Amino acid sequence: MKYTEEHEWLREEGDVMVVGITAHAAEQLGDVVFVELPEVGDTISKDDEVVVIESVKAASDILAPLDGEIVEVNSAIEDEPGKVNDDPEGEAWFFKLKVSDASPLDDYMDEAAYKAFIG
Amino acid sequence: MGELYRTELYDLHVALGAKMVPFAGYEMPVQYPMGVMKEHLHCREAAGLFDVSHMGQVILRGADAAGALERLVPVSIKALAEGRQRYALFTNEDGGILDDLMVANRGDHLFLVVNAACKDADIAHMRANLTDCEIEVIEDRALLALQGPDAETALARIAPDVADMIFMDVAVVASDFGELWVSRSGYTGEDGYEVSVEAAQAEAFAKALLAMDEVAPIGLGARDSLRLEAGLCLYGNDIDTSTSPVEAALEWAVQKVRRTGGAREGGFPGARRILAEFRNGASRRRVGLLPEGRAPMRAGTMLFAGAEGGTPIGEVTSGAFGPTIEGPLSMGYVTTAQATIGTTVYGEVRGKRLPAKVADMPFRPSTYKR
Repeated sequence: MKYTEEHEWLREEGDVMVVGITAHAAEQLGDVVFVELPEVGDTISKDDEVVVIESVKAASDILAPLDGEIVEVNSAIEDEPGKVNDDPEGEAWFFKLKVSDASPLDDYMDEAAYKAFIG
Repeated sequence: MGELYRTELYDLHVALGAKMVPFAGYEMPVQYPMGVMKEHLHCREAAGLFDVSHMGQVILRGADAAGALERLVPVSIKALAEGRQRYALFTNEDGGILDDLMVANRGDHLFLVVNAACKDADIAHMRANLTDCEIEVIEDRALLALQGPDAETALARIAPDVADMIFMDVAVVASDFGELWVSRSGYTGEDGYEVSVEAAQAEAFAKALLAMDEVAPIGLGARDSLRLEAGLCLYGNDIDTSTSPVEAALEWAVQKVRRTGGAREGGFPGARRILAEFRNGASRRRVGLLPEGRAPMRAGTMLFAGAEGGTPIGEVTSGAFGPTIEGPLSMGYVTTAQATIGTTVYGEVRGKRLPAKVADMPFRPSTYKR
């Protein structure tokens, strides 16, 4: 697992990267009430606003962690946004990305570094 | 921002694990570990305890305090019976709203509860204009709200007489926590009470309530979604000096006796505009809005008549996800032509026009004890 400073996690699964948000991020957001995911087939660039997530408090954008193509999205969390609070690092993944440039991965944190980052 | 004030219950909030945020000059709990959604639902299903000590408590005394206050509000205070409370508005010369407040007739005086963010201005306004009254700002009492279907059961364990009160009754009751100034009212659409308690007794009183199975502490986050489902205005968002009582759909707060043809017609700031709007209508109106999808339309969302093009017809002033209605809900202002219940309007959210239906308020029927 790799982690970004935007509180996303990335998990390699075969030739795609699964992306979601961390338990820490979900906790900070509070109860999630709305998620808008990209479309399968979308080509995205690093730092694009790729997911919109709204909690009882506010709307937040999730930025694309890498360049690539969206190959699968987790529509279940659009129907039941509360899953993001229940299991953010498991069942409530956001999308799967076919990565076209993996080089930023080197800059992302491992679990120990992320734990230190969030204090 | 300068130093933030703390209410008498600050230490209790922290001990309960609250997330504290600045609000109207105070450090207030926005949520407890239960979280906004569960707090909201708990209040609707059992009872919620809110610290509203940041609000202003003011006593008005005078030979004709009711007549005097009527010079500042388009509301019938003279006809307010002893032991009763009523919603009121301070208006300005332009017919805008300076604040909304509660006024109770407690026999030899009036008791007012005003918004935290407005209280200094309200008090100055009254001191300047009500020179025939004595104005006492109550600084040594906390204010708590206990709201929800189990509020009566819970508070009656401490003060049995409160069970006999009905919506908008006020009473002074004795208790183990000193004298309680109780009103059967609130800001959630639920049955419940607001209770003024001596500052020195506030924490013990709150702890006694929280020790009951039915009662959980509720923060400002859930207070906002509860009042929004109840269709109640938040001063500074939904009403302010730029909105008139008629635009704000608060005609019900202006009794007939103060309107054109009434025995005490006018005589309040902005009467010319406000009474004209009663006769002719206003060009825009505060309405409830139910977005058709799941995306909340929050304050500041611009509203349009059509899915494309055109100029804005209004703006959302409050918007959130309603845990009880299980969907997004908003209120805002639209031009009168679009204000009819059932009209579809479009809110521009992140560059996309999303449909919303003009809806009746409250969004969820209120359960006041009449």
